[in-house]
Amino acid sequence: MAKSPEEEHPQKVFGWAARDSSGVLSPFHFSRRQVLFLPSELYHDRENGDDDVTVKVQYCGVCHSDLHTVKNDWGFTRYPVVPGHEIVGVVTKTGKNVNKFKVGDRVGIGVLVGSCKTCESCQQDLENYCPRMIFTYNARYHDGTRTYGGYSDMMIVEERYVLRFPDKLPSDAGAPLLCAGITIYSPMKYYGMTEPGKHLGVSGLGGLGHVAVKFGKAFGLKVTVISTSPRKEEEAIDKLGADSFLVSSDPAKMKAAMGTMDYIIDTVSAVHPLAPLLGLLKLNGKLIMLGLPEKPLELPIFPLVFGRKLVGGSDVGGMKETQEMLDFCAEHGITADIELIRMEEINTAMERLAKSDVRYRFVIDMANSVSQ
Amino acid sequence: MAKSPEEEHPKKALGWAARDSSGVLSPFKFSRRATGDKDVTFRVLYCGICHSDLHMIKNEWGSSTYPLVPGHEIVGVVTEVGSKVQNFKVGDKVGVGCMVGSCHSCDSCSNDLENQCSKMILTYGAKYHDGTTTYGGYSDLMVADEHFVVRIPENLPLDAGAPLLCAGITVYSPLRYYGLDKPGMQVGVVGLGGLGHVAVKFAKAMGVKVTVISTSPNKKKEALEHLGADSFLVSKEQDQMQAAQGTLDGIIDTVSANHPLLPLIGLLKTNGKLVMVGAPEKPLELPVFPLLMGRKMVGGSCIGGMKETQEMIDFAAKHNITADIEVIPMDYVNAAMERLVKVDVRYRFVIDIGNTLNSSN
Repeated sequence: MAKSPEEEHPQKVFGWAARDSSGVLSPFHFSRRQVLFLPSELYHDRENGDDDVTVKVQYCGVCHSDLHTVKNDWGFTRYPVVPGHEIVGVVTKTGKNVNKFKVGDRVGIGVLVGSCKTCESCQQDLENYCPRMIFTYNARYHDGTRTYGGYSDMMIVEERYVLRFPDKLPSDAGAPLLCAGITIYSPMKYYGMTEPGKHLGVSGLGGLGHVAVKFGKAFGLKVTVISTSPRKEEEAIDKLGADSFLVSSDPAKMKAAMGTMDYIIDTVSAVHPLAPLLGLLKLNGKLIMLGLPEKPLELPIFPLVFGRKLVGGSDVGGMKETQEMLDFCAEHGITADIELIRMEEINTAMERLAKSDVRYRFVIDMANSVSQ
Repeated sequence: MAKSPEEEHPKKALGWAARDSSGVLSPFKFSRRATGDKDVTFRVLYCGICHSDLHMIKNEWGSSTYPLVPGHEIVGVVTEVGSKVQNFKVGDKVGVGCMVGSCHSCDSCSNDLENQCSKMILTYGAKYHDGTTTYGGYSDLMVADEHFVVRIPENLPLDAGAPLLCAGITVYSPLRYYGLDKPGMQVGVVGLGGLGHVAVKFAKAMGVKVTVISTSPNKKKEALEHLGADSFLVSKEQDQMQAAQGTLDGIIDTVSANHPLLPLIGLLKTNGKLVMVGAPEKPLELPVFPLLMGRKMVGGSCIGGMKETQEMIDFAAKHNITADIEVIPMDYVNAAMERLVKVDVRYRFVIDIGNTLNSSN
C-alpha cells in the first residue's frame, strides 16, 4: 500500500496544498527524502554519494501556472498538490558530491528538478525540453514519489537543478525570475529578439509581461505594451519604461499600429485572437507564444504565407541559460515588481491573481509566515 | 476613352484568356508594349500551369479582372533587348515568374525581397507602371523589365524547367530561410503535387532526408522510387503517424485545403519548424501546448525575390532538378484545368506555346 505524503520520506516538511480543483490551498504536512550527509573522511567514496542540496525556503513567487495547476485547468493535476517554482532560500545541507554549493549559500530553484541527463536536449543544456524532464511540483520523481513545490518551508533538489543567486539580486524581487524571467529571456535569445533599435510588442502586462518590458529595454529595443486594460498605461510607461502603450480593444489604434513591430511576445493565457497580433507584425515578424491557453487558438495562415511571419513557442529554459539570465539581471538591475504576502494569505492572492489584480507578482514571504 | 487590349500597345500578341469566372479560356488578341530601355522581349516557348492560375481564372480569391491571361512560369528565347539592358542578349534562354515589377526603393526591394514590396506587380491580372493590365504567359510574346527576367542555364530543359519559376522558388526559399537545408536533416513534405514533388527534389539535392506525408497511399511507390523520398507516411494512418512522432527537423506543408496542424506539429522534433506554403483560406486550429513544450514554430513563405529565384534556377541546373511535367497543346488548356481540379496530373501541366499557340487556333 502506498505511503502517505507524510510518511513516504524521512524528513518532515510543512507546506500548503490544494486538495481539489476548487484550487483552495490549506496547510499540508508531507515529507522529503533524506540528503545523505557523510563525514568528510568518507568523501572519497563517490559511489555512495548524494548529489542533493537542502534549501530552507525564504521566498516563493506565485506564478499563474500555480493557479492553473491548483484548479486543474490543464487537466493533469494530481491532488494534493503543493505548487511553487520560483523559490529562493539558503542552503542548509549538502550531499557529499555537491561542490557547487555550500551551507549558507543563497540559491534558487525554478521549474524543474530533474531530467534524464543523457538525451540530446540534456546534452545541449536544454533540460527543459528533455522528454523525461521532472517539474518541481505535480510530477513524478525518479523514485516514484510526487514532487512538491516551494509553497513549503524546505526543498531538497539535485545540485544540477539549483541556481546560484547573484549577490546583487535581492531574494524577494528576484524570485519570480526563476520562472517568469527565464520564460522571457530564453525565447528572446533563441528567436533573435535582441537587436538594438528593433520594435518589441509585449502582449499582456502581468508577471511575464512586465518582466518582458524590462528585458526589452535592457536589450535596447523599443517596447510597446499591448493590453486590454487602459488603466495600465501610465505605469507601463512611467514605471516600467515602455515606450508606448496600445489598447488592443481600440480598433483605430490597432489599425494605425499594423506592420510596425519586429517581434511580439504574447504572455496571455486566456483564449484570444491571433489575427490582430499577426497584423501588428512587420514582414518577416515573429510572434512568440508563452501563455498556455486551455483550448487551441485560431491561426490565420494567409499572414504567415504572404508576410513570411512565424508563430513560435518557448517553455522556460535550461539550467545553464537560467543561471545566465540571473547573472544578466544582476548586472542590469532587473527584478520583478512584487507584492509580498504571507503563506496564510495565499487563497486571497490566488483570487486576486485570477482577476489580474497584482502589480505584478505575489511573492510568499516564508520566514514571516506561520510555520505549522 | 481607354484603348482596347489590342490597341493599347504597338506589338501584336496572341494569348488565351478567361473572360469570366467560369474560367473557360479561349483565344484572345491583345498587344505588348514596345521594348523599353530596360526591357527584354522574348518569344514564349513554354508556360507552366500553376494551381494559382486555376484560382485566378475562377476568381476564387475575389481579385480577378477580365479578360485574364494567366501564366507565371514562362520560358522562351530573347528576340529584342532595350538599350540599357546589361545581362541579356538576343538568343538567350530566359524565364519570367510571378512578378514583373516593384518599387526598387523600399526596404524589401533593397534586401532583394521584391516579392514583399508593397508595390510589387504580379505577372498577370495587375496594373503595370503605365496603368495597363499585365497579361501572363499563356501567350506568344512577353516583354519584361530585365530585373524580373532570369537566365535559364544551357543544361536546364525549358519545358521541364518552366514550373521552377513559381513552384521551384516557392519551396526553395523556405528550405533556405528556415534552415531546413542542412545535410542529414529530416524534412517532411506534406502534399505531393506541383509544389510537393519539387520540394522533394530540392531537399534531396541539399542532402536532406525526405519523408512525404500524404492522404493518398497510391502515391507511395512513386514518391520512394521515382522522386527519391526516403519514406512515406499516410497521414490518416494513426499508427504510422504515431511511430514517426518527434522525428522531423522541419515540414514543408504544400496543402491549401483545410487540414489539422496538430498531427504535423507532433511529427516535429524539439525546435522543429512547420512551414506553410499552401494557403488555406480559413484559419486553422493551433494547439499551443505542443508548440511551447517543444519550442516549435509555424511559419509561412511565398515565392522569393529575384536574386534568390536566379540562385534557385542555377542550383536546379547544377543538380539536374526539373519538374515532372505533362506537355499539352494550347487548345487542351480547359481540359487540363478540369483535370487539375481533380489533382489528375503528375505533377505539372506545361503548355507547349511555341509549337501550338498560333493565330490559326
